[in-house]
Amino acid sequence: MSVSAPWALVVGAGVAGIQAALDLADAGTMVYLLERGDSIGGRMAQTDKTFPTLDCSSCTLTPRTVEVEAHPNVHLITRAELTGLTRRGSTFEAEISVRPRFVDMERCVSCGRCSEACRLAGKVVSEFDLGLGRVSAIGVPFPQAVPSTYAVDPAHCLMLRFGKCGKGPKCVEACDVDAISFEEEERVLRVEVGAVILATGYDLYDPADTAVGRPELGYRELPRVITNLEFERLSSASGPTQGKILVEGREPKRIIFIQCIGSRDRTTGAAYCSRVCCMVSLKQAVLSLEKIESVEATILYMDIRAFGKGYEEFMERAQRLGATLRRGAPSEIFEREEEVIVRVEDTLLGATEELMADLVVLAAGLRPGKGSEELALTVGISTEEDGFFKTPKRDPAGGLGDGIFIAGACGGPVDIPDAVASGSAAAGAALEFILGGDAE
Amino acid sequence: MPKISDIEGVTLAERFELSACLQCGRCTGGCPMSIRSPLNSRKFIYESLIREDGEALLEREEVWDCTSCRTCSSRCPRELDPAMVMRAVRTVKIEGGRIPKTLMDAMESSLKHGNPWGRSRMKRTAWTEGLSVNSIEEDKESRRLWFVGCTPAYDPRAMEMAKALARIFEVAEVDYTTLGSEEVCCGSEMLRAGEEGLFEELSEVNKENFAELEFDEVVATSPHCMNTFIADYGLKIPVTHYTQLLAALAVDGALPFGEEGEALKVAFHDPCYLGKQNSIYEAPREVLKAVPGVELVEFSRSRERSLCCEGGGGRMWIEGMGEGERNAQIRVRDAIDMGVDIIATACPFCLLTLEDAVKTTGSEGKLKILDIAEIVVNALDGNERSEG
Repeated sequence: MSVSAPWALVVGAGVAGIQAALDLADAGTMVYLLERGDSIGGRMAQTDKTFPTLDCSSCTLTPRTVEVEAHPNVHLITRAELTGLTRRGSTFEAEISVRPRFVDMERCVSCGRCSEACRLAGKVVSEFDLGLGRVSAIGVPFPQAVPSTYAVDPAHCLMLRFGKCGKGPKCVEACDVDAISFEEEERVLRVEVGAVILATGYDLYDPADTAVGRPELGYRELPRVITNLEFERLSSASGPTQGKILVEGREPKRIIFIQCIGSRDRTTGAAYCSRVCCMVSLKQAVLSLEKIESVEATILYMDIRAFGKGYEEFMERAQRLGATLRRGAPSEIFEREEEVIVRVEDTLLGATEELMADLVVLAAGLRPGKGSEELALTVGISTEEDGFFKTPKRDPAGGLGDGIFIAGACGGPVDIPDAVASGSAAAGAALEFILGGDAE
Repeated sequence: MPKISDIEGVTLAERFELSACLQCGRCTGGCPMSIRSPLNSRKFIYESLIREDGEALLEREEVWDCTSCRTCSSRCPRELDPAMVMRAVRTVKIEGGRIPKTLMDAMESSLKHGNPWGRSRMKRTAWTEGLSVNSIEEDKESRRLWFVGCTPAYDPRAMEMAKALARIFEVAEVDYTTLGSEEVCCGSEMLRAGEEGLFEELSEVNKENFAELEFDEVVATSPHCMNTFIADYGLKIPVTHYTQLLAALAVDGALPFGEEGEALKVAFHDPCYLGKQNSIYEAPREVLKAVPGVELVEFSRSRERSLCCEGGGGRMWIEGMGEGERNAQIRVRDAIDMGVDIIATACPFCLLTLEDAVKTTGSEGKLKILDIAEIVVNALDGNERSEG
């Protein structure tokens, strides 16, 4: 390989972006890996277990996040976004905006004293835990976070919002290594790259959205109605309940999972199937059955789509373990005499029933990540009608022949194995583009 | 293969794109009748796609149970319209003379007397006696028409809505007029019962009146009249519900409430034609919140989940097949559990069905059913609280 071979740019450090970065780096290419958030790992880091093997998600993920951070060929930049991309002959000039962490990455030893000392400790809603837990205005989202350097939350930190924090910021006082500085400013980097891989992932459908929500489901109004991703945080050992599935402090004995929330539903702006939710709910039903004694786990579905390797077998396992599958998409959820009621027609019986639940888990579908549209404009690619990035039909990862490649869920819903595969595929195609030399 | 032919020779499945149905069951799961009636829109659609004998489906009497609340259609993920399927089947049944007797009487009355209640045209303004009510018959001209509606004009209980509104309009010095005895039924219920021809006749009379008198705004007492003006008449002028007008008056401080109101816990029952079908959720609540002393509380099933009272779609004149507790009875029971003094509503049909449910559940004295206009008028400065 030529020493002058250009770098690659990977935007988004979820499991797909990490895979792409590692493949490129292992092949000798230098990689800029951008992450918008404070830590890498994406949605997989929020996930408790993976299907169909029920492996611990963070146990599979952490070796990769650690490896990619430590890789000599990877330059990881967090709180970073791609804000400009200009073609210069056969390469690009990328403009990268980097928001400050306000904590020096060299000095911070991740001792956690700042977080404990923070005046807002236990008062800030945790974004990573989807609002289920409370944290500080300085910290890391979860114990195995990469990078392990702490970061200040500018939306809450009193110093950053009001310029003062009591008689002085307690975090600074608590820090033995002088790592915290509120003076740090936003930076703009301009770098030359030979290929760009977009791996910006997905956001979850919000059933309470004012424009495309389904208000009749009572999400955000009824505390016992949550989303599938919130369930992951409840079930995760690193989550707000240390992995105990608790609703209002109690173990739910009747759990109802509802499929196709914001998927296969034109009125929510998504006619497509989100591909992962059936397996996610089957997995969550199994976790419930394993964790809670004499629990009833019921999945209300239109069609179960268990199409991957080992998925149908997993569905059978869930059924044999005691998960009840009933066909019918519920129409509304409400409360009656303290009970949560799910009103559904069991279409196999042809009978409408009102089912009582202690916990309702909405299998919310996958949506393009926030900011996808702007990113598409910045990069100069187009999006599908549903908002996901357009990918070539015959060669999804192969890019559009112009040095820009798509990996993971930003090109449409994928599960973890498919996200990893598409990350590798995009890396291969990008490598070929960079080394092929003659760009069109 | 779609089998049922409708009157134009186009099959139901073709006309309503039923082959795109997912069979998910959201229509039936949300249907307010589906638990206690054989009515099952999902299954009906399925059968219309696969049955050889479409005629058998036309024998189904449960299509008369549909309240036309349109919850089914609002929930369909493929944007199909089961409520319109039910209406179309009713139309075919009517063409074949298969129509409930009580509904037939209401239709004949609408044609003959301009109202479905079997009352004389001349009696339409009887409710105004002793009140100051503007009318074109008394040369009170205005560009704003208050469309009173048949039920508020004729039904002794619903008449209180009209009386209360007339009084509020007088006190707040609202510029309006009415059509007096020239007003005829809007036809909404007849259309939803499946009688398209009768609807055409009634709507033509109203449309001519509206055009001739050059109104530039229509305010309706009933959400059903309001809805048909918007959805079926294709009027080019703004059509609003009276609660929207009252909400605007409240904001302007034009409703002279007494200083201290009686402390009342009020739950608002969203009429389907106001809420689910026209997304008017805030105006009635704003009016109630403006009334001194009123504490507004919410049913769990409110707004988009409001439980239909079963009064729409011609059901005021159809007994229906459903057995067991009626929705209005469930509503009254829920309200008693919540400890409310009043269920407020803003529709003459809801008013009547809920009031009936108070009686059939033996709940007299436990709570009152009042229209928002009645609650407002009771709270106006100098007005004695009515005994309800």
